[in-house]
Amino acid sequence: MKVFIDQLTKKFGDVIGVEDLTLHIDDGEFVAFLGPSGCGKTTTLLTLAGIYKPTEGEIRFDERVVNRVPPKDRNIGMVFQSYALYPHMTVFQNIAYPLKLKKVAKAVQHERVEQVATTMGIGNLLDRRPGQLSGGQQQRVALGRALVKEPDILLFDEPLSNLDARLRLTMRGEIKHLQKDLGITSIYVTHDQVEAMTMADRIAVMNGGHLQAFDAPDELYSRPKTQFVAGFVGNPPMNFLSVEVSQAEGRYVAQAAGLRLEIGRERGERPASHAGAVVMGIRPEDIQISEDGTVAGEIYIVEPLGREDLIDVRVGRHSFLLLASTETQHHAGERVKLSFDMEKAQFFDPQTEKSLLWRQ
Amino acid sequence: MRNTATAPNSRGAWRSVLGAYGFMAPAGALVIVFFLIPVAIILYLSLTNLASSNFTSNLAAMEFVGLKNYRTLLNDQFARKIFFNTIFYVLFTLSIFNVTLALIVSLLTTHIDRGAGFLFRALWILPRITSPVVYILIWKRMMAEAPFGILNQFNTWLNQPTYNYIATNPWVFVVVVNGFIGLSFGMIIFTSAIESIPKDLLNASLVDGSSKLQRIRYVILPLIRWPLLFVFTYQTLSLLTSFVEIQLLTDGGPGLYRTEVWSLTAYHRALSNYFGNAQWGYGSAFAVLLVLIGVVLAVIYMRVFRFDELVAEPRVENL
Repeated sequence: MKVFIDQLTKKFGDVIGVEDLTLHIDDGEFVAFLGPSGCGKTTTLLTLAGIYKPTEGEIRFDERVVNRVPPKDRNIGMVFQSYALYPHMTVFQNIAYPLKLKKVAKAVQHERVEQVATTMGIGNLLDRRPGQLSGGQQQRVALGRALVKEPDILLFDEPLSNLDARLRLTMRGEIKHLQKDLGITSIYVTHDQVEAMTMADRIAVMNGGHLQAFDAPDELYSRPKTQFVAGFVGNPPMNFLSVEVSQAEGRYVAQAAGLRLEIGRERGERPASHAGAVVMGIRPEDIQISEDGTVAGEIYIVEPLGREDLIDVRVGRHSFLLLASTETQHHAGERVKLSFDMEKAQFFDPQTEKSLLWRQ
Repeated sequence: MRNTATAPNSRGAWRSVLGAYGFMAPAGALVIVFFLIPVAIILYLSLTNLASSNFTSNLAAMEFVGLKNYRTLLNDQFARKIFFNTIFYVLFTLSIFNVTLALIVSLLTTHIDRGAGFLFRALWILPRITSPVVYILIWKRMMAEAPFGILNQFNTWLNQPTYNYIATNPWVFVVVVNGFIGLSFGMIIFTSAIESIPKDLLNASLVDGSSKLQRIRYVILPLIRWPLLFVFTYQTLSLLTSFVEIQLLTDGGPGLYRTEVWSLTAYHRALSNYFGNAQWGYGSAFAVLLVLIGVVLAVIYMRVFRFDELVAEPRVENL
């Protein structure tokens, strides 16, 4: 089922939950809503579910406008961060609840619940109550309950946030696999950019109730259209600093105190034509410590991550995070030279925070 | 069976037992001072013929008459009527107002705008926080005979016949007047129970396909089962012993014991006899029976509603 959100605004009194959101989701697509707390992603999800009514704008499922359709007539499955299992019902009753409300015959209920429970690997827990299950088991029950009624759309509200890190990794893979298997259009709300990057076909990045970008994960990563997206997507985060970009004799140069970096023509042209300072962004993996580096700095702190080291290097009053192989031992206080891969650098207008390279 | 794990066979175990009693001590002290000791006193008084005529505050000097008061009570020609009056009063006030209407008011006020719901509930607390004398005076002034009663004044203006409302329907007013106060207790407990149900659970039910009525039936009511049973139990016991409003409204009348309830009789006999002769001994017998009924009912409720089973043992396993 396709989902069309057109100029959706949801206000709570004077407080804006989400404003002027337009988003079209394809059939069978897995879309993540990504953003910090209070960015409007959960509001949007609950509006899609029918819990909230839109203040303005329109939501359509395929051709059907659902603005005023109550949740029960939307055929949606939803998984909550808190699992939201009914504590007074057994696992079986929890999963069977949507079927019971649909007045499905008892025998069919049993069959469908058993089938879903087996798929989710919780077939042996059907007589338990939620209070007697671990977090991971509860999450499986919640997924089972969302799937049992064969929904047209699946909504996930930070479903993995309450699980421990390892389980989160397993469930991440399982949910993605299941979604591709069933081909149900899915919307997944998260503040964890790794979850969004790994699971989604497309990511809607939101901030302050507004849509910042809606793109495939690799597009967001390599061609961020706003500074917010560039900073929010990617871990460790992108380095930002204010630079002056100038052109002399066909060569483009970005300059800041203690820093002078050459840029290729393709990247440099637009920032150079911008009057005044611009914001340059560069990802940690695009900075190397090397002998023939052009920027001198001093290591402030080394954080070993196991596979690599996360190193904070101070250049004048600027600070850069970069990733370095663990083969060479670095230590705080060490003087190093850095080389920047300027073909990967991003440039943003400091006023509008929009990208100078990629137009929206 | 001997359970060695919990037997206080070591210093640590003793300490934990002492700790447990320590935590129970404040509540235990209250129960002893304000329940067990008074019960013991009225039990003793009920076995004496203490009255205004032979008053003494010396326990040893009181005249011991054994079960005479209880025999008198059983042969009292009005005791039977008063007993059934009490059941009628408790049953109707409890089932109509203190539980059912309290639940309905809670459900309604939690399903409308928050502010409006709050205002409505705040208004309904007024009878409870008003002094019973003032509250009953308001009712009496409203319902009084023509030409004094407010309602009857309207009747006169509209050329309708006037009524002596309370005298003609005393039971209706006894139940309504008490119910208006009693309702607010359940209302507060139910409302807070409903509002403490996680929002996600309520949303989940709607997404799972329930209407709001189905959500009340399948999710909200089962989740407030404990408060429901609590209000039912607590209010039965509190209605059994309440009499102030009845005393002020009808004083057990009109006529002989028409709306007299057991606790009011205990009061009348022991502290306010018509003939200026307070029968403390005889009144105590009524009170002792009331305590007995209360304790028996409490035990039955605990058993029937299986309060202990409302707490499930967790069985957590790794995934």
